[in-house]
Amino acid sequence: MEQLFNRKYVIQGLFIVVALILLAKLFYIQIFSDAAFVAAESNVLKKKFKYPARGAILDRNMKVIVQNEPVYDLMVIPNEVKEFDTLALANALEMTIDDVHKSLKKAKAKSNYQSTPFSKQISVQSYARLQEILYRFPGFSTQDRTIRHYPDSVAGQLFGYVKEVSQTDIDKSEGYYRPGDYIGKSGLERSYEDVLRGEKGVVNTVYDVHNTPQGSYAQGKYDINAVSGDRLISGIDIEVQKLGEELMQNKVGAVVAIEPATGEIISLVSSPGYDPNILVGKGFGNNYMDFIVGNPYRPSLVRPIQGYYPPGSSFKPIDALIALQEGVIDPNMTFNCPGYYMAGNHKVKCEHVDGNISMRRGIARSCNTYFCHVFQKLITKNGMKNQRQTYQDWRDKVAKFGFGAKLDIDMPFERKGYFYNADHYDKIYGKRWGYTTVISQAIGQGEITATPLQIANAMAVIANRGYYIKPHLIKGIGDKKLVKKEYVTKNYVDVDPKYFEPVIDGMQDAVNTAWGTAVLSRIPDIMMCGKTGTVQNPHGKNHSVFIGFAPRDNPKIAIAVIVENAGYGSTYAAPIASYMVEKYLKRSVTGARASQIEWMKAQNLLPPLIDKKNKTKLSKADSLAVKKIDSVKRVKDSLKIKSAVIKQSVSTKPAKSKPATINSTKPETR
Amino acid sequence: MQQQGNRFFFNVDWITVLIYIALCTIGFVSIYASIPHHDPAASFDFTSSYGKQLIYIITGLILGLSILLFDGRLFNVFAPFIYGITILLLIIVLFVGRNVGGNQAWIPIGSFRLQPSEFAKFGTALLLARYVSTFNPKFRDIKSIFIAAAIVLAPLLLIMLQPDTGSALVFLAFMFPLYREGLSGYFLLIFLGMIVLFVADFLVPTYILILILTTIGGLFIYANKRKQKLIITTVLVTLVAIGYLFLVKVAYTKVLEPHQRSRIELMLGLKTDNKGAGYNVIQSQIAIGSGQATGRGFLQGTQTKYGYVPEQSTDFIFSTIGEEWGFVGCSVVIGLYIFLLLRLVNLAERQRSTFSRVYGYSVACILFFHVFINIGMTIGIIPVIGIPLPLISYGGSSLWSFTILVFIFLKLDSNRMGFI
Repeated sequence: MEQLFNRKYVIQGLFIVVALILLAKLFYIQIFSDAAFVAAESNVLKKKFKYPARGAILDRNMKVIVQNEPVYDLMVIPNEVKEFDTLALANALEMTIDDVHKSLKKAKAKSNYQSTPFSKQISVQSYARLQEILYRFPGFSTQDRTIRHYPDSVAGQLFGYVKEVSQTDIDKSEGYYRPGDYIGKSGLERSYEDVLRGEKGVVNTVYDVHNTPQGSYAQGKYDINAVSGDRLISGIDIEVQKLGEELMQNKVGAVVAIEPATGEIISLVSSPGYDPNILVGKGFGNNYMDFIVGNPYRPSLVRPIQGYYPPGSSFKPIDALIALQEGVIDPNMTFNCPGYYMAGNHKVKCEHVDGNISMRRGIARSCNTYFCHVFQKLITKNGMKNQRQTYQDWRDKVAKFGFGAKLDIDMPFERKGYFYNADHYDKIYGKRWGYTTVISQAIGQGEITATPLQIANAMAVIANRGYYIKPHLIKGIGDKKLVKKEYVTKNYVDVDPKYFEPVIDGMQDAVNTAWGTAVLSRIPDIMMCGKTGTVQNPHGKNHSVFIGFAPRDNPKIAIAVIVENAGYGSTYAAPIASYMVEKYLKRSVTGARASQIEWMKAQNLLPPLIDKKNKTKLSKADSLAVKKIDSVKRVKDSLKIKSAVIKQSVSTKPAKSKPATINSTKPETR
Repeated sequence: MQQQGNRFFFNVDWITVLIYIALCTIGFVSIYASIPHHDPAASFDFTSSYGKQLIYIITGLILGLSILLFDGRLFNVFAPFIYGITILLLIIVLFVGRNVGGNQAWIPIGSFRLQPSEFAKFGTALLLARYVSTFNPKFRDIKSIFIAAAIVLAPLLLIMLQPDTGSALVFLAFMFPLYREGLSGYFLLIFLGMIVLFVADFLVPTYILILILTTIGGLFIYANKRKQKLIITTVLVTLVAIGYLFLVKVAYTKVLEPHQRSRIELMLGLKTDNKGAGYNVIQSQIAIGSGQATGRGFLQGTQTKYGYVPEQSTDFIFSTIGEEWGFVGCSVVIGLYIFLLLRLVNLAERQRSTFSRVYGYSVACILFFHVFINIGMTIGIIPVIGIPLPLISYGGSSLWSFTILVFIFLKLDSNRMGFI
């Protein structure tokens, strides 16, 4: 019996051991590990995001040029839907009963319990009709959100577009974006995405096991209010921009206008352009294919920052400035122009025979011979043997004007142009090269290419007499009107201000004297200084170029205009520049020049298209006929291409262009 | 006889009564908290589960106190009769029983449902006590072991037929009182060995287990090479153990229901199924774990409040305690149970009569099985076996049957000086 009594301790011991096992496991899941806590939170807690309004963009006169517009989505929670009158809903939404069933099926497939889009961006009329009858459709609700609106319907490439995020965007954002979010994909919408998008808000809602919302979590302690995106103030003058796009319609090319003192971009025209409103909302997919991808003149190429053009004659003032600074010439030194310049046995033609010519006239008349001599002096100043090094020094000095490198404009996908170092020529010619080899660069031809932005920026340097501020579109972010530091820093080109005046004299003469190349573009009461260029184009007709600034003293605007395949700079580029400058400085263009504007707008200079497959040339009419005409009608007439279609279909005139001549490698400028 | 007015409640162990009341109160509070969608403004609702539980508790207390009014000797006398009735009820339930959740376990009596398996526990305990006290077997012979086993296995098998494996398993608790009364400790070891081998058979390949068993057997024989009898026994035990391994494999696939298999596999971590069979256990563990040290607070448990744990007021009531009162609350509840169990064993040991002692041990061990299996199940160390947490889980049958179990023993204990 004594032994059996002791068995009590075995049994009691077992009780205690088991209790300790239970407590050990409890200790592990309750105190040691917090996995269960996290799991419990994720069971009940669902985050709903509140979308902030995207920031608006204003022009330099504080006019709103990018804003938001409310749109309405019809949402549905499929498992709350009872039997309903499908016909009534279909009528209210202007869709068929089949579509109603399809949409419901689609929503169900996404989620049975969550609010899912049933019909996106319903019309205001549908919205109004729905408001009255929505009570009859349990499970349905309307949700308002905003989409972008561009009141002036211009500057598509400049503003860019906003689109639903892609998987790549989501992956890259480190958790910021979620499926269904919107993101700026190009233009300003992209480069200022971080400030425009604002801050998403979060509402934490508690859900029960049936996924029914049970109110806010922790009395909303962890909720975050959405913060609207910052307002951007741009340097764009929307009126000038509009005029620029109208002038450039039916032409291929670019215009860049900069306020020299600040680097603010006043206008940035890429032609052909498009109405940014076509890339908003429902029609995005079709419109993108029809008008951006489908347009043979490639509006997707943002020509002001991506198009490569030889600077041509607009390069000559820079040659002159560096030569003056280097002391290899003085403004009164003359060179003899027999109508050409011989670089070894290589002939550079001039458009005229001027005899002995000095700098002022050389610039005004755009004399190739004069500048080839200047270039010869520049490259050979340290002796014939040191030409390679001297070329490199010269190249670096020119680069200070902004060539051969990105200017860091606040737009995505800027390109830097070509402007080669001495190494490049070593590779091609070995050690045996000199100024004659690269003589085309004297007149801005040959291997050098630049974007219209770089060319306009070089003009701003001359307007400022020796420095530039990196050109930028946005001059103030948010209420504090912040601006990036690099957009207030002066970049000096290391040319003494006193050397600018003789060069500017020549540019003044180019526009304002009888013998100047751009005299027809003289603006009454405004002293515009400028320089025409006729850029030899190996792929077709010459490009028409004009650069300039105005007024001469205390310049307010520097401008570069390039019209592809338009011939002489004085015919198209210079007048277009003059109208835009006048519009900017006087707010309007009056008198005879007003009717000239209309003439210019009506000019169709679209180059002929080459069918790449068949290597045959299509007429403009043919190439445009490929496009669906009815799809064009859907868009506002702001789309330039539309008038082209109409014009072509009305006019019986044969295509204006001649077959492209790819003959001479000899630069020809005027 | 001097203390006439206090005769019935004389010598009652009030400490046990206090623990009983404490556990019932914890049960009521937890059931109240387990109802989803609490409206704080709503008045007390007697048709809700917590309202009903309050009625069960009050009637249970009345029932318990009225048991104290009986003469303790009656239980000894009527033991066979009570046992007979419960066996009868277990047979009846197989024919007229209401099927709830797959088990034919309930006899509907008006709006009330009786669960005979709950009452079979004290019937069995009484008869077992009666047998041991009457014949005073030491369980050295096959016959007495056989009789005791028959008393326990009869209700066990009937309950298995319902089929309510969980409630049936509880009858294994009677092994402990028998052990106390002289049953060889080997039976406990064999039982333990069977569980260990069963679990091991799933986790370790069978041939490795066979290797281990023969190695152990071989070493044992080597150490006792002079004792021929022991060698034979060892060989036999090893062979039986190996045979058992194969039996388990066969029985597992042939005998067990698919849902039982999946519960075992879930518990052993052989599979995960967070949506299906594993959902209860996962959500219960999440609830308990999320309580952390001090719990989320009364009515603040999100798992509980928003209905993430199924069966929460009955079998998974411990998850409410774990979530809202944390490790501290769990420790208090487990502490109360252990205190109650140890006290019951101590009370049993102070009995002069064998009947009272055997009955006392039976009560303690049944409670122990319930507590261990139920809490073990909610925290995932035991497969899901649907038996209630004594005195805390929602339900009249279970509460009353535990009340009767405990209070009969308290009555016997108050008579401990007498000879029954």
